[in-house]
Order: sequence, then structure tokens, then C-alpha cells
Amino acid sequence: MANQQVKFYQTGTLTVGNRLLDSKLRTVQATMDRSNSLDSGHRACQGCGEALGARYAIDAAMRATNNQLIAANATGCLEVFTTPYPESAWRIPWMHSLFGNAPAVATGIAAAMKVKGKNDVRVIAQGGDGGTTDIGFGCLSGMFERNDDVLYICYDNQGYMNTGVQRSSATPGGARTATTMPLGPEPGADFDKGKNVPLIAMAHNIPYVATASVDRLHDLEAKVKKAMSIRGARYIQIFVPCPLGWGSNPANTIQVARLAVECGMYPLFEAEFGEIISSTKIRRKVQVEEYLKLQRRFAHVLKNPDQLQLVQSVADKNIQKFSLMGFQGGEV
Amino acid sequence: MLKQIEGSHGVAEAVGLCRPEVICAYPITPQTHIVEDLGALVKKGQLTDCEFINVESEFAALSVGIGSSAAGARTYTATASQGLLYMAEAVYNASGLGLPIVMTVGNRAIGSPINIWNDQSDSMSMRDAGWIQLFAETNQQAIDVHIQAFKIAETLSMPVMVCMDGFILTHAYERMDVPDQEQVDRFLPPFEPRQVLDPADPKSIGAMVGPEAFTEVRYIAHHKQMQALKVIPQIAEEFKGIFGRDSGGLISTYRADDADTLIVTLGSVIGTISEVIDEMRDKGQKIGAVTIRSFRPFPLDEIHEVLKNTRRVVVFEKCLAVGLGGIVASNVRMAHRGQTSPVYTVIGGLGGRPITRASLQELFEKAMTDDLEETTFLDLKQDVVDQEMEREKKFSRSGAIAENILRDVGVVDVAKTT
Repeated sequence: MANQQVKFYQTGTLTVGNRLLDSKLRTVQATMDRSNSLDSGHRACQGCGEALGARYAIDAAMRATNNQLIAANATGCLEVFTTPYPESAWRIPWMHSLFGNAPAVATGIAAAMKVKGKNDVRVIAQGGDGGTTDIGFGCLSGMFERNDDVLYICYDNQGYMNTGVQRSSATPGGARTATTMPLGPEPGADFDKGKNVPLIAMAHNIPYVATASVDRLHDLEAKVKKAMSIRGARYIQIFVPCPLGWGSNPANTIQVARLAVECGMYPLFEAEFGEIISSTKIRRKVQVEEYLKLQRRFAHVLKNPDQLQLVQSVADKNIQKFSLMGFQGGEV
Repeated sequence: MLKQIEGSHGVAEAVGLCRPEVICAYPITPQTHIVEDLGALVKKGQLTDCEFINVESEFAALSVGIGSSAAGARTYTATASQGLLYMAEAVYNASGLGLPIVMTVGNRAIGSPINIWNDQSDSMSMRDAGWIQLFAETNQQAIDVHIQAFKIAETLSMPVMVCMDGFILTHAYERMDVPDQEQVDRFLPPFEPRQVLDPADPKSIGAMVGPEAFTEVRYIAHHKQMQALKVIPQIAEEFKGIFGRDSGGLISTYRADDADTLIVTLGSVIGTISEVIDEMRDKGQKIGAVTIRSFRPFPLDEIHEVLKNTRRVVVFEKCLAVGLGGIVASNVRMAHRGQTSPVYTVIGGLGGRPITRASLQELFEKAMTDDLEETTFLDLKQDVVDQEMEREKKFSRSGAIAENILRDVGVVDVAKTT
């Protein structure tokens, strides 16, 4: 289905609206015949950004592959909340092996499909940021450098949420986690640590890398669709707020995600073969404070002008580096 | 077809004849030649319909294998030593998922201290990981057991580890009978997976299992290994029918019938042991040997039966349960329960120390007069040990044990002066 042009927002939520649209203009997720790869009844928390991101990403991949899709899943929230058997929420062939090997398992599945001549069957690997940027990083890099025909999707909620909110290499500076408590003279996670896996993915010179956010699901769908039109190793990292881990209101998940993008903390871009080809321009720039104040993990930062300035400088650097200003209209 | 080739090359040819669809390769001595040779078979087009994947670690090697096997492809990899430990989590995972992967382990010591030479500590570290473990005595057996391994694995839907002594077998050039493709095809049908990732019939594999079902899942793993006690000899018989060789099964014996003293061992050391037995038999001494070919499942009944009339048992093993003594001996004692004859443990060949006929003969002579300790370390340099223990007593900062001992035995000094 073509990427739809949605014209306006629901009042007060900043999210893309369906209810006010004519039925033939509604999104594909509103139709009865969507693939529904990640079915209802799973055990994600209220307001889970990962559940939302996964449903849209996998459904988009299903549409792009005519439902010829297999997924390998790293250990983590997504794995646990979808499959305490026999209550699997997956309506696709789905496999979980270990925490750190989802990219390698996907490589194996793709190799099996190739050797059996099933070239129409495509493979996705997915995991949280801990499974991707930390423990699974070796396997991820191996899959990238071999340019195996796998789309890896990282649902980035900036910490080890399944084990009780600990710091990962994707946790932003200042954030409170169970292993970076807001204590002492430098409260929360250290600044100037962590890694930017989309940029590292690009350094492997793979055909496609993108970042996305659950506040703009059509953009996410378009990026997944584009990724599935390409062969070889691809990487999409999706910003998925975690109300439980971040101390945000479950009702604010979309707003938190949107503000992360609009303040520059989560730059959205696409890259092909190591070069950035486009970035999403900020539509209505906000100070990081607007984003931070919706999350208790940053409560101490808001009381600490030095730390607040550090967070703002991270956002400002992103705006420079990824050319995020200069919005000229169009769909966001 | 008779060929004068390296053991690793023989195994590579045998694996190739089994028509693997995915091979994951990562180098680690002493198994590396096997995957190198398989890579060459694929490159030159001798082995077709096969994806040969150079991965970035042993953990990835087996993880790729888990994916390909779950997607229905016949899958092979090989490893050794540190590599087996590095993939340990995936080793348990592959068996827990019931994936019939075949993996060669070119047996090698585990560090630290780092050591590339042969013993069987690596395979033994994974003895309870849920894999069938078959040990080859010779390179001919290594070839034959690999062919049987795919059939055993796929019959039971569980992974099989073929263990062969590093260097002693993997790097030995000798005459081997490499079967024909037609024979192997007759013996080994195409892989029919019990579970498969398929968009036409979507299933979830590897879901979380709680206390309500976990015991039963584990029990079935054990139960299947008990089934394997029947399947392994059956498949060895089928193999014999087609290839004309007895090469496999649970145990083998050497001049064991009327023996007062039985040596129990596994792997290639039976070659040296049987020569010593021949010499002692010539002198009228009633000694024989039992080789364990299947260590997992452990053939309790077969070993009990073969040991029950002997006067003493000497377990000779190339591994060590630190803090206990013998790994194999502990298992043999389980088989020998209810019997009064003693079971001695002998640890030998660690880190590639040569196992000589002279040392073995002296050891066996001692055993025959029941003059052995409960646990004996063959050819242990007691003076070197005493020296280091004395050093530790004397100095709180006595230094690194391995380096101290190397210096004491003169290796460091010799290396410096030559």
C-alpha cells in the first residue's frame, strides 16, 4: 500500500489521526485485513513504545514481502511479553534463541532460505538496545560486514528494561537507571559515554541505515518498506519510549517520542552505503527541558542547571551534525 | 575409495558427502583444516547447494547454525577448546531447541595456561549440555561416525558432537577409506525437520517456558538420550550393512573377555593402550580394554556388563575434574555400582603430554598388584610441583604458577639460549 498523506492531527495528542478521516483515507493499520503479525493479548505494559513500534514495523515488512517473512528475536521485553507459551502473540514464523545472537540466527535463516531457493522469503532480526548495542554487538557487526540479507530492527528504549531498568550503551547522559542512580555529585548516567550504533552501522558501508520514532508511524512504515526493497544487511533503529523505565505517563508515549525528535535528542535520518541521504527536519523546535520534564528519569537533571546544559548541548550538536533545521512543510 | 590423506581432510570429505546445506566456519586449532577443506570443496563446486559462511566467532558459528537448522537446512560446524567454551551458551541452546546440528570437536586442552595441544577437557566441559557425544578412536572411525552422526541427529532431532583427538587424529596422514556418494545417499536420506520456520505455517520457536512445563521439557531431553542408546547401535548396524565396516556403536572392547584388569578409555589413546596390552598378554597377563564410543548418552548397562567379572578397573582419561579427580571415572563408577572390584582413576596426556608405552606398561603393572592410588597423574613431575608449592609457602608474592613452572622445567631458559 502506498504511503498515505495524512493531513492533520488529533487535538491535544500530536499523533496522526484516523478518526476524523474519511474511511478510505485511513491508515492501513485501521483496516480489518492488516497482517496483524503481533496480535493483541500480549503482555506489554500500558503505553509500551516497543510493542507499538514492533507491530507497525513487522506489519509493514509483511506487506512489503507479501507475508513471506521470518523473524529472529533477541531475549528481552519484546520476546518475553509476546511469548509465554502457548500464548504467542506472533502470527509469523518467529524464533528466539539467545540474548546476544539474534543477528547470527537471522543470518542462518537467510542462508537456509537461499540454499533452498526460497528467495522470496525475507528475514528480520529484532531486539532491544541492550541486545543490539551491547551483548549482540559482535554478531550484529559480523552480519553487517558479510552484508547478509537481513533487516535488523533495534527497538531503542535506552536501557535494559526487561531486567529492571539498567544502563546500556544506549542510555543517554544524565538518565537515571537502576545502575546509574541520581546520587552524588554527578547523578545519573555519565555523559560522553555510549555509542551511536546507526553511525557504526553506516561505517560497515551497508546498503541502508535509518532511525525512526514511534511518534511518526508512517515514516517508520516507509523506512521499513524501503528497507525491504533492498537486499543485503540493513539496520533500522526505532525510538520507543518505555513508560515503566523512564517514569513517564503511559498516555504520553507518543508525545515523549515526538518531543525527543523535536528537541534534537533523537535525530531521524536515512543513510545509504555509509552516506546520510536525508534527515527529518524539526517542525517546531523545543528546548530539551520540554522533553525531559515528562520523564522522572531526568527529574534530577531539571534541578541541575549544569546537567541540563549538557543535555541541551547534546541536542544542539545533533541539530548541527544531522542538519535538523530548515523545515519546509510536508508530512511529518 | 582408499586415500592417503590427513584426518581433517577425510572428515571434510565425509561431511561433504552428507550434503550439508549450511556450514559455519571459524578458525581454531586443531579443527581448522576441516572447515578450510570444506570451504575449498564449496569453492571448486564439488559440494553444491551449500552456503559456506565465514563468521566472526564460535558463538556466531553455532548461532548461525541454530538459525539455519531451525529453518530446515542440514547444518555443520566444527570447533575446539576455547571455541567450544565461547559458544557454550549456544551449545545448550541448540540442544534445548532440539536442532540436529552436527559439530566436530578437535579435542584440545582449555586454558589458562593457553595450550593448543590435545586432551579432552573441551568436550567434557559440555558433557551435560544435551548433545550426543561420540568419540572416534581412529581417523577411519572419525569419517564413519560423522556420516552416522547426521543420521542419529536427524532421527532423534538432537545435536551430535563428534569428538576426535586434536593433532593425533586431525593432523595425522594415513590411509582412509572414503565412501562413495552413492553409498552415503543410500544411507542418509534428505533432512526432514521436525520443526521448521515457514511462512506457510507460522510457528513460534524458542518461547519462554515456566515451572509448569520446564521439568517435562528437560525430562524429554534425557529420555531422548536414553532412546539414543538404542538408536546409535541400530544406525551403526545399518552403516555396517552398506559400508561393510563396524564403525560406531556405544562401546568397543579389546581382549576383554577373560581380563582380570580392564582399562577403560576413550578416543585415540586406545591405539597405544592396545599395543601395551598385546605385549602384556604375550607375557600371560590377563589385561584388556574397553573404549567408550558414546560418552553421551553414557551406556551404563553395557559398561556394567563388560566390567562386572573383572577384578579391577583402570579408567584412563585425558581430562580432569579439578577438586574431584576423574570425569570419565565418575561416570564409570556409576556404571560399576554394586560391584566390589576397585575403580582407579588415571589422568594422562593433559595439554598434549605424550602417553608412552613404557609409562603405560609401568602403570598397568602397578594396577595389576593393586598398587595404585585412587587417582594417579601419569608421568607427573612431582619435584616440579614440590618446588612451586615450596615457593608459594616461602613468598607471598611468588609469581604466576605457569611461568614459574616453565622456568623450573627449563623451557624458558632453553628457548632463550637457542
